[in-house]
Amino acid sequence: MVNGKRTLIIIPALNESGSIADVVGEVRGELPGVDVLVVDDGSTDRTADVAAAAGARVAKLPYNLGVGGAMRLGYRYARDNNYDVAIQIDADGQHDPRYVPKLVDLLDDNDLVIGARFAGEGDYNVRGPRRWAMVMLSAVLSRVARTKLTDTTSGFRAANRRVIEMFAGWYPAEYLGDTVETLVHTARRGFRIRQVPVAMRKRMAGTPSHSPAKAMIYLGRAFAVLTLALIRR
Amino acid sequence: MKLTLVTGLTGLLLLGTIVELLRRRQLREKYGMLWLAVLIIVIPLSLFPRLLDNVAELLGVASGVSLVLFLGIVFLLLVCVHLSWEVSALEEETRTLAEDFALLRAQIDADRAARDELVSTDG
Ligand SMILES: Nc1nc2c(ncn2[C@@H]2O[C@H](COP(=O)(O)OP(=O)(O)OP(=O)(O)O)[C@@H](O)[C@H]2O)c(=O)[nH]1
Ligand SMILES: [Mg+2]
Repeated sequence: MVNGKRTLIIIPALNESGSIADVVGEVRGELPGVDVLVVDDGSTDRTADVAAAAGARVAKLPYNLGVGGAMRLGYRYARDNNYDVAIQIDADGQHDPRYVPKLVDLLDDNDLVIGARFAGEGDYNVRGPRRWAMVMLSAVLSRVARTKLTDTTSGFRAANRRVIEMFAGWYPAEYLGDTVETLVHTARRGFRIRQVPVAMRKRMAGTPSHSPAKAMIYLGRAFAVLTLALIRR
Repeated sequence: MKLTLVTGLTGLLLLGTIVELLRRRQLREKYGMLWLAVLIIVIPLSLFPRLLDNVAELLGVASGVSLVLFLGIVFLLLVCVHLSWEVSALEEETRTLAEDFALLRAQIDADRAARDELVSTDG
């Protein structure tokens, strides 16, 4: 329970055995009474065992489906078990669970709340093509959603029942689709989106999924995914 | 002139079909992007078939048109190989799913048998 709402924390994880125990422990410590579901997406390390030992429920996918695939499983679990709120948190420890009550508060007047970097708090910095991609995405998606969005690819999000219901039936598995396309889709269907400034921390362990060399490709793909999301219905 | 019209219209028709399939979410992004890229190359060529004549000469091919045909066949072969590769990956995945399913069923049967045993010894 967070503010009287049945809350599920969904953590998509791929080979995060170095940090998952701390993340689950911190969430359970900071937010007593919430349930934690770790979706292990075909990890080759002991992520699932470590997460279960730390007190999370674990759903183990037989092979890698990507963050979007893992999240749809999470939202289906939330819908089938009748949760009021579902919150996505990264397994690398970059998201601070102390912001969760703030996100849940805002769900009173909104349907999807995003914990965003670059919105005043913290000092997380990105440069080069990756930064241009983020600027482009923010500008376009802010217009589509009719609200200021500075961190559209954030994996820190809270959804209410109506959005859980929608995501349980439709959630893209494609790269960037899980963030960019879901935002366009959600906004187009009249749901209210809001962002909350959050400070992001350095990942606790493991390797980040993006290298600087991939930044340019990232920009191209971001553009393609955005265009596609905008022409789709 | 007539030929240009036929090839050009075919190209545009294909483009429209692919964009519409993408819009309706019937095509996954990765395949859609591939076909869009192909059409962006093919449509100018269908309107101006002589576009590649210079390149053809450089490579010792008699005319730009035969070069396009040759490249087209090579490309289609590559697409076939790619699709075979995707199907192999899918087969491997369904195999894993079937195994998971059988293991789950074995587990459930074992649990049920254990429970029935308990009930019968109790009664
Ligand atoms: N289910 C699933 N989760 C994944 C996959 N790849 C990454 N993740 C998880 O997604 C979250 C975010 O991944 P990161 O690699 O930290 O991506 P990021 O936060 O955008 O990038 P960094 O700034 O480099 O940390 C983490 O919890 C990962 O464990 C995947 O293929 N499947
Ligand atoms: Mg991260």
